[in-house]
Amino acid sequence: MSETEHAAEITRIDAYPTGLISGYPVRAGRVLPFGASAVPGGVNFSVYTNNATAIVLVLFRRGEPDPVAELPFPQSFRIGGVYSMTVFGLDPETTEYGYRAEGPYRPADGHRFDPRAVLVDPYAKLLTGRESWGGGEPRPYRSAVGYDDFDWEDDRPLRLPPEDLIIYELHVRGFTQHPSSAVRHPGTFAGLIEKTGYLRDLGINCVELMPVFEFDELDNPRHDPDSGARRYNFWGYNPIGFFAPKAGYAASARYRTQADEFKNMVKQLHRAGIEVILDVVFNHTGEGGEQGPTLSFRGLDNGTYYMLTPDGGYYNFTGTGNTLNCNHPVVRGFIIDCLRYWASEYHIDGFRFDLAAVLGRAPDGSVLANPPVLESLAHDPVLRDCKLIAEAWDAGGLYQVGGFNDYLRWSEWNGRYRDAVRRFLKGDFGAASELAVRVTGSPDLYGPQAPVASVNFVTAHDGFTLADLVSYNDKHNAANGEDNRDGENQNNSWNCGAEGPTDDPEIVSLRRRQVRNALLLLLCSWGIPMLLGGDEAGRTQYGNNNPYCHDDPLTWLDWDLATEHAGLTRFVRCAIAFRRAHPALRRPRHRVTGQGSGWFPAVSWHGTRAWAPDWAVHNRLLATMFYVREQAGHDCVYLAANAYWEPLTVELPVLPDGVIWHRFADTAAAPPGDVAEPGQEPPIDDQARIRVGERSVVALVAHHSSF
Amino acid sequence: MQLQKRTFGDVTVITLDGILDSGTAQAVQADLEHLIPDQGRVLLDLGKMSYMSSAGLRVMLLAYRRALASGARLALARLPADVREVMTATGFLDFFAVSDTVEEGLEALV
Repeated sequence: MSETEHAAEITRIDAYPTGLISGYPVRAGRVLPFGASAVPGGVNFSVYTNNATAIVLVLFRRGEPDPVAELPFPQSFRIGGVYSMTVFGLDPETTEYGYRAEGPYRPADGHRFDPRAVLVDPYAKLLTGRESWGGGEPRPYRSAVGYDDFDWEDDRPLRLPPEDLIIYELHVRGFTQHPSSAVRHPGTFAGLIEKTGYLRDLGINCVELMPVFEFDELDNPRHDPDSGARRYNFWGYNPIGFFAPKAGYAASARYRTQADEFKNMVKQLHRAGIEVILDVVFNHTGEGGEQGPTLSFRGLDNGTYYMLTPDGGYYNFTGTGNTLNCNHPVVRGFIIDCLRYWASEYHIDGFRFDLAAVLGRAPDGSVLANPPVLESLAHDPVLRDCKLIAEAWDAGGLYQVGGFNDYLRWSEWNGRYRDAVRRFLKGDFGAASELAVRVTGSPDLYGPQAPVASVNFVTAHDGFTLADLVSYNDKHNAANGEDNRDGENQNNSWNCGAEGPTDDPEIVSLRRRQVRNALLLLLCSWGIPMLLGGDEAGRTQYGNNNPYCHDDPLTWLDWDLATEHAGLTRFVRCAIAFRRAHPALRRPRHRVTGQGSGWFPAVSWHGTRAWAPDWAVHNRLLATMFYVREQAGHDCVYLAANAYWEPLTVELPVLPDGVIWHRFADTAAAPPGDVAEPGQEPPIDDQARIRVGERSVVALVAHHSSF
Repeated sequence: MQLQKRTFGDVTVITLDGILDSGTAQAVQADLEHLIPDQGRVLLDLGKMSYMSSAGLRVMLLAYRRALASGARLALARLPADVREVMTATGFLDFFAVSDTVEEGLEALV
């Protein structure tokens, strides 16, 4: 027997009980780690609250509705505001638990204790009650202890350079739930693994998963006004368990192995070279407002966890009834503990923070100059290599795109990039000059952090899909059950001449072009491009721009679309490969030293005449040339985008001797001529000028003529 | 939970009979450590298992790790459908050679 094996067998000298509570052998527990942890002989429970007067541990046998025992924490087991107890003889596998917290019910003072409620442990690593998505009668949430010994082998977060990322936003269930996905485990973490090849072939190297923390898909009381079909909380922006993976997204949750299944998904994605970013919701919880259920935080320490008005009501900067009190020191600690857990235990590569402007607010809702939670996250050693991406606005009217406290560390969803591309494509006045700044990483917004501070996107889960952006002027959300009041009204969309599906060949052709225009601009811009999953296959939501509540084919990706729109999928694949092939499009920083004797500046703008951009408000042409000189040689890409309704003849910059322009993409051309496989771009006949079709984008690349 | 050991040529076949959960996992794990020979070839026959919990899955993975460390080769035969399902979803199955019958398992280990 080796020395290490021998050492492991020595029994801990504290592995014995010191007393009995409710018939269970116990001893004073360990404060850290918070939550419930398996220890030799039993389970250690640790929970904190600064305002409760007493805490009771409630134990359940797995799956049973009534408790088997209630164990009040003796005050002698309390250190500060932390109650901890080791209970011996518990089988972690068959035990579930919760807490009752005693204390005053005085909302005006911020207290809403309710000892009748069995509360979810905020640090619960597993939650039971929703193991089967949408299944049957809702059962109360119970906390559970899981195994944390997943065998990662040599897996580590990938640490891809941010400028190289191609982010693909997806919903775990929506991605493979459609029967056409033909996966063995539809709608689950395991199902996603089976689509790794598809993502790789497309060129994706980062997936951004819409919320995967445990939430209640059944908390939506609405119905379809016509069919009566129930509505769900499909998207999951209503977290209950911040440390617990959504059990209903696991094919194996009945074995309580959702954590293993999630980790295996991360491991397999990493093996395929794909990073995993989580969309995390730290702006509110699923407990709702005054009338919402007391599930966890409200019952443990309401005034600590939520931003309260002077009379004890809930500030609602999130549109969901409550606002998490992110800059309270206790909540700040909770957020950091949570993210450290996901980064270390689940090997997560980055986080996208939903309504992140809330993280910049003080407990009274005012906007902080230096929000401590953002600073802490920016400098945390565990999170140091994680991507941190802010959705830099909230539902309280705070819009901080470009003004978010980034500590030279955070990136942002660049909402102004989205708006600029959309306005340009529909031909708005003045849009070309703004687009010029947006395609170069928005230095006006991000200064020295540009371009990688800018996550560029044209579409995201919020709003129209790309196919719908060019097919609808207005949102069509009646089926959500709110009389079409929900969802964004300012979409900057244009239906190209008819609202919704049409047979008109001109409109169909224009839409096809507009979709490609958007994708080509996105994938040729400086910054980090993000695609909405399914846009590469022409996915439609029939004009619904807020389908958060649909668990049906409206939100499920139909995999036959990728075949039906094979030309579009190929276009996206080639455009991603083009981006990856051209460092000129992936500048990490604006100031790059050692440029040496290059052909051109890193970026230059042009018009119908080379080197003469037209910034007039009525101009609808943007021509941009990106250039970098690297060890491997010169890299030069020219992009001309014409949002005018007539074709334009555009003069090209003159290249050095022996180098000629080749055409990578021309959205005016019919597939397959609209795009070339990177490296196989054909030379263009006339090196002096090109024709850029009406509402079209052309991308050229400079190669030596011998190529 | 009963463990039976048989030998077919160079291959040791261990049949697990009964329930493998957190109540029996520790004993099964200890038994397997004795039954899995160093550098040998081992087939775990799960056809008589009536129930396996996630603790049982851990026993399988530990047996695999142990076999790897001692130079033994380990395969699984006759997985109950439900166990196979959960081992597929969690990726645990990737570690093992799996067969539908003991005979196929023996062939696979040759």
